[in-house]
Amino acid sequence: MKKFWQTSAVEKTLATLISIVAGLLFGLIIMLIINPPMAFGGLGAIITAGFLEGGSSMGRVLFNAAPLIITGLAVAFAFKTGLFNIGVSGQLMIGAFCAVYVGVKWNLPPSIHWLVALLAGVVGGAVWAIIPALLKAFRNVHEVVATIMMNYIAMYTSKMLIEATIYDTVRQEAQQVVVGARIPTMGLDQLFGYDKINGGIIIAIIAAIIIYILLEKTTFGFQLKAVGFNRNAARYAGVNDRSNIVYSLIISGALAGLAGAVIYLVSGTGMKLETSYVISPYGFQGIAVALLGMSNPLGTLAAGFFFGYIEAANQELQSWDFKREIIDIISSSIIYFSAFTLFFQKYARKVVAFFSSFNKPKGDKTPPSGGEIKPNDTLSLEGGQENGK
Amino acid sequence: MSYVIEMLNITKAFPGIIANDNVTLQVKQGEIHALLGENGAGKSTLMSILFGLYQPDEGIIKVRGDVVRIKSPNDANDLQIGMVHQHFKLVENYTVLENIILGREDRKYGFLTKQKAREKILSLAEHYGLHIDLDAKIEDITVGMQQRVEILKMLYRDADILIFDEPTAVLTPQEISELMNNMRNMIKEGKSIILITHKLNEIKSVADRCSVLRKGKYIGTVDVKDTSIEKMAEMMVGRKVSFYIDRDEATPGDVILEVSNINHLNDFTKHNDLKDVSFEVRSGEIVVIAGIEGNGQSQLAGVITGLNNPSSGQIHLNGIDITRKSIRQKTLSGISHIPEDRHKHGLVLDFNLAENLILQTYFTDEFQKYGFFKFKKIHDKSEHLIDNFDIRSAQRGKTLMRSMSGGNQQKAIIARELSRPMDLVVAVQPTRGLDVGAIEYIHKQLIHLRNEKKAILVFSLELDEVFAIADRILVMFEGRIVANLLTKDTNENELGLYMSGSKEA
Repeated sequence: MKKFWQTSAVEKTLATLISIVAGLLFGLIIMLIINPPMAFGGLGAIITAGFLEGGSSMGRVLFNAAPLIITGLAVAFAFKTGLFNIGVSGQLMIGAFCAVYVGVKWNLPPSIHWLVALLAGVVGGAVWAIIPALLKAFRNVHEVVATIMMNYIAMYTSKMLIEATIYDTVRQEAQQVVVGARIPTMGLDQLFGYDKINGGIIIAIIAAIIIYILLEKTTFGFQLKAVGFNRNAARYAGVNDRSNIVYSLIISGALAGLAGAVIYLVSGTGMKLETSYVISPYGFQGIAVALLGMSNPLGTLAAGFFFGYIEAANQELQSWDFKREIIDIISSSIIYFSAFTLFFQKYARKVVAFFSSFNKPKGDKTPPSGGEIKPNDTLSLEGGQENGK
Repeated sequence: MSYVIEMLNITKAFPGIIANDNVTLQVKQGEIHALLGENGAGKSTLMSILFGLYQPDEGIIKVRGDVVRIKSPNDANDLQIGMVHQHFKLVENYTVLENIILGREDRKYGFLTKQKAREKILSLAEHYGLHIDLDAKIEDITVGMQQRVEILKMLYRDADILIFDEPTAVLTPQEISELMNNMRNMIKEGKSIILITHKLNEIKSVADRCSVLRKGKYIGTVDVKDTSIEKMAEMMVGRKVSFYIDRDEATPGDVILEVSNINHLNDFTKHNDLKDVSFEVRSGEIVVIAGIEGNGQSQLAGVITGLNNPSSGQIHLNGIDITRKSIRQKTLSGISHIPEDRHKHGLVLDFNLAENLILQTYFTDEFQKYGFFKFKKIHDKSEHLIDNFDIRSAQRGKTLMRSMSGGNQQKAIIARELSRPMDLVVAVQPTRGLDVGAIEYIHKQLIHLRNEKKAILVFSLELDEVFAIADRILVMFEGRIVANLLTKDTNENELGLYMSGSKEA
């Protein structure tokens, strides 16, 4: 474990922090352009979003973070296994419909009703991912194309299904789930003094830990990663590449469905399943979370908390006369800067090397004596490292 | 004596490695100057600097006595420097003529005219004896012919300093001697040639002087006619190298692998690229399949190891039919496979060394319980293999495979494949792109296994390798086995005739 901190993990974390600072500064510049007198107040609102009102602010951060973490995991898991699941949104919408349907229509004891509804969401998301998975594995159809298409199909399908089964014609949205189907608060509401919070954040943390263990500690994860990094080598090693591609997209879809359930299995004051011609934005936010978390399950967890944190600045920002879109601008510029910092790392090393060279005595350079073999060349054959290829 | 090229005190660093460390290269007018070094010694970097692909950090370049800055390949062209790359840069479905003029087209009223170019190329071809059909498409002509196109391309651009990057890697023995003759002709016409290679025989036969690089450092320049091959090898590797490995005559035992009437259909061309291939390999012998690249060797290796499916025919291992078994079943039934392309098939470059060492066996009870890895066992195994097979890496098992040198990557594959229980080893070009020291090591390993009564099947394109290790030689040409010879009964010339299809047993 000690070694872990000495390796590139520290460097990566530092790079991420730099990109966050750069993103915030960029947001400040935008705010300075829009409304100079209020700009620093706005920045302050974003920075203090998580503790301005004590416990309830923290509760809001965690509540915001839960779906971001889970969709981030869905994207990150696919990334780790070599797939770009851009269809998290579609899988999430189908998962959400299944979960809400069970939450509205089924009659179950409250202690298990929410769990069954949650599972229905997981199954719904997984099923929706099967089609692009099979297309990728057996017909080599690129998953980006297939999952984008599935997003649109999911949008219309879920609208149609909601209107046919669980439609609230007065409010023009899906009916409310029964009380027993809501995700329990697990005592968090009292702990933080914030009544909207539920157990979603706990589910998200558990999911992150399970995915981490799956990827890093099991033969199954080893197989999935091998196929993701190098499908040919995995095949050569006797791994069934096709079935592993299917598994990995199904797991990603299941996570997306779980996120859908966590978002919508809430009380009437929370998110409601609307029937509009819009693809859920959560899936795309998941891509941002996964990128910032560098596709590592635990990194994704941290990135989800961070995005939940600045999201919590929403209301406070409005009192400084800024629109909430500022937050999205900051989030997206952070993603850009995180790509930049990897680029800057190279130069950072050069700067370090430059300063450390002052401490050393200057090496003497003798011109080569062409035309003869130097006798003092020691007989060594190091294979050693060959970097930078 | 005037130098046509002088690269003085060139230093070029990449992150983590100094590719050229104070290197000097001086090429005389009208000589063939060989640039010798192992893989990763910095030959390609040095030539890329001369050709304008990289800028040196330090040092100066003089061409014909003038200091120049070569910022791009266009600058190099203007200085009449031309290069034949190891992997040809030709447009497959253009004709020879079109490829030669590409980038230097003549225009009339904005329209392409080829007549003047055709005349110039024909006279060049006549002059240097580089005969070729100008209207053939690249995809229809042999690799040797394609190389001629590359040479004509340089001559058409009036280059008189010619760089050849490993030009013989893809040629038959006959084509190689032809190329050598062409090079000598070009020297007579006043051209100067830099020949990049790690094949010592070629240097001995054609080069005038030879500069040696080792690990980015300049070792020295020698006159070839005064220097022995052994001496040059020692300069290149840094220690004495044995070219011939002592071994006893083979005493083949039972048939281990029996391949009968195998056909294989190519998915793209819809032609059979294996035609009724039959042969057997016995325990305690090394059978080498020789041939020019692309005559069905990859497909045959794939069919035996399971990467490809045959359209007809049978494969028996120890008398059991394994034709239709999965790759994993074949692996478990006792086939070790050193694949042709270590980056494509042999390794997962983003895994670390330890993970790559268990790539074939991660699912066995030795390394997992209920699907969870036993990390201690994996660690022990990798430590054991790293020591036994002398794999060198910065952080032992934790080293990322991508950061290791080619020779050590290959050693990792060899350690993995030769340490599992097996009866048959299928090694496809096991020494491709490796330096003399690593080649020696791999040959010793294979001969050691042969002496332990394993059956060894090697696919090789290098005749030196064929004669160094083979007990029996099969030659493949256009998807068929055209010869089955005992090594002691044949020679390079005869093999060359079989390989080019001019002779059939």
